[in-house]
Amino acid sequence: MTRLKGLQELFKRYRRPGDIVFAWMFLALSLFLLSQLGTQAPWKTGGKTFTQPAFWPSISVMLMVFFAALHLLSSALSPRILGRWSEVFQWVRALEYAGWFMAYVLVVLQLGYLGTTMLFAVLLSLRAGYRNWRVLFSMSGMAIVIVVLFKSFLQVKIPGGAVYELLPSGLRAFMLTYF
Amino acid sequence: MDVLTSAVTLLMDWQVLLALLVGSIGGVIIGAIPGVGAAVAIAILLPATFAMPPLVGLVMLLGIYGSSMYGGALPAVLINTPGTAVNALTTYDGYPMTQNGEARRAVALAYSASFFGGVFSIICLMLLAPLLAKVAPHFGSREIFLAALLGIILVVLAHRGQVFAAGMLASFGIFLQTIGLEPITYSRQFTFGQTWLTSGVDLIVVVLGLFALSQAFLLLVQPDETPKIKSVSGSLLSGLKELWLYKRVATVSSGFGVLMGMIPGVGEFTAQFMSYTYAQKTSKTPELFGKGAPEGLIASEAANNAVPAAAMIPLLALGIPGEALTAMMLTVFYVHNVIPGPQLFQGQMDFVMALYLALLVLNVIVLVFLIFSTNVLTRIIELPTRLIGVTILLLGFVGVYSLRNSLTDCALAAGFGVFGVILKRLNLPIVPIILGMVLGGIMETKLRSAMPRVKTPWDMIDRPISMIIFVMILLVIGLHIRTLIRDWRNPPRDVDTDIHLTQEGDL
Repeated sequence: MTRLKGLQELFKRYRRPGDIVFAWMFLALSLFLLSQLGTQAPWKTGGKTFTQPAFWPSISVMLMVFFAALHLLSSALSPRILGRWSEVFQWVRALEYAGWFMAYVLVVLQLGYLGTTMLFAVLLSLRAGYRNWRVLFSMSGMAIVIVVLFKSFLQVKIPGGAVYELLPSGLRAFMLTYF
Repeated sequence: MDVLTSAVTLLMDWQVLLALLVGSIGGVIIGAIPGVGAAVAIAILLPATFAMPPLVGLVMLLGIYGSSMYGGALPAVLINTPGTAVNALTTYDGYPMTQNGEARRAVALAYSASFFGGVFSIICLMLLAPLLAKVAPHFGSREIFLAALLGIILVVLAHRGQVFAAGMLASFGIFLQTIGLEPITYSRQFTFGQTWLTSGVDLIVVVLGLFALSQAFLLLVQPDETPKIKSVSGSLLSGLKELWLYKRVATVSSGFGVLMGMIPGVGEFTAQFMSYTYAQKTSKTPELFGKGAPEGLIASEAANNAVPAAAMIPLLALGIPGEALTAMMLTVFYVHNVIPGPQLFQGQMDFVMALYLALLVLNVIVLVFLIFSTNVLTRIIELPTRLIGVTILLLGFVGVYSLRNSLTDCALAAGFGVFGVILKRLNLPIVPIILGMVLGGIMETKLRSAMPRVKTPWDMIDRPISMIIFVMILLVIGLHIRTLIRDWRNPPRDVDTDIHLTQEGDL
């Protein structure tokens, strides 16, 4: 029986440091959305309640507020777990990589998919702490494989880079189609 | 018989067969790498499959879904790190077996149990298909609305210990799908005057942000890890023979997998929990569970591998996905204007059968592949986690940008990526957001189309199936309240585990 209890606990989710910060943030967002209901999803005069366009936004936002308040309450009533702000710092660190991602998106439009993917594979590996040329070489090889697989083979819709316009016409058409 | 012949003909297309091969082998490899997992791979590949014929695209995604758990068992057994979240229970007995010098036996048993679970569920579903084809047409708008509502309630209540968080995130998902131009009155909702919000928030952008980009950011933020792994020597075929000794546990566990897989919002964890409990209770050596009991390993692997085929039932028969991966697959149907639901089950049974046959073939391909390539896979597991993060980030771009070449989508996905990191770090579930978006949309449409026939609340449940679903909703809520009272009277011990943090941080 003790073993069975242990198994049940294995499937249970537990609180982590920083939970209360998230709980406050989510409740604030929910309350903001609630305050905007009247202007952003106004109730139309006449018509059944369930067919109102504002019905589902209203229900969902109210449920968000309800559950977010309960989540905050349960978080506040639980014993404090140390390391709240160092945890928040980890979330902020993730923003750096969101920035890398957006930079990658913007450079693709200029340098083209192949060049940018190779460049960012190497730059991100360097950022991740790798200085070994074999790793950097492998990562740029991996970038080529990604481009060949998705652009050349699967023909996904990624436009060519601005620099492709500088290429001779035959090569330009080839690069635009396959890379 | 005609349906079967027609299904085989559909499968005998080189594109379908290639997709099956790529999906199944790719799925095993992806599943074996701790930190990637089927959800990340399916999210990235999703837009690429839109250009393919529906069966080809679905077979590839189904291949990844069905085979990732096979691959995920390998690191679970060898290094105590599950490759996918649903292999977490496999570590419970698999790793102790490795420590006892029985790595080959454990790997062989895990593969065999997975194979048994996969094949068992497909056979069950093929036999069930004619019955489902008869029942599915009785599901009208009211029934589908109630089934989707039941799905949402189950998803929230299934997150033990985090019900409030799951509730707020599911509501957030429902809210997200209401943003933009409302299709009936063309009024703008929660766009705050921004034109880029008029078209709404695309499900795939959210999926890619929450599953793929967040995983990339997480792996890049966290310390680098390079797992070290020993090779497995000896034949892996012996597992099939040994499985025969535990056929009762394997059959019951697969049965739980099929049952739980069919219920939206429940899935692998509950199936594994029930199977493991059953295996332990009926074992002659229950004290060995958690210390290297082969029955425990079989219960875990047979149950989780029986789920994918069963999870296709609510998706195909009712158009209701039960978890994140089938929710992603639903978008493939929508893009090709194939609307899953009673009509599909009734009119295109060969298509449904072709998907099941594909799953059957997949299990054979995967087993053969694993028997010959396990030691190659152990090398792949050793890839440093940060480099995997770099790769996911680069692949995430293909998924988001190829959707409609929109910078806004990329920015939104990056935002959801950071949000996903927060959720994963906090051990909060992601799936309720995705299911909230999908099931919220279904509930909205179905409730609206049911309204002309509903004059009083009683009309909503005056048909047999709608009444049954309604009673199930009451039962689920009642049982949850009973559990809460029981826990309050007899508080459980607080033993934290990382089971939900092992993979995409969720599932």
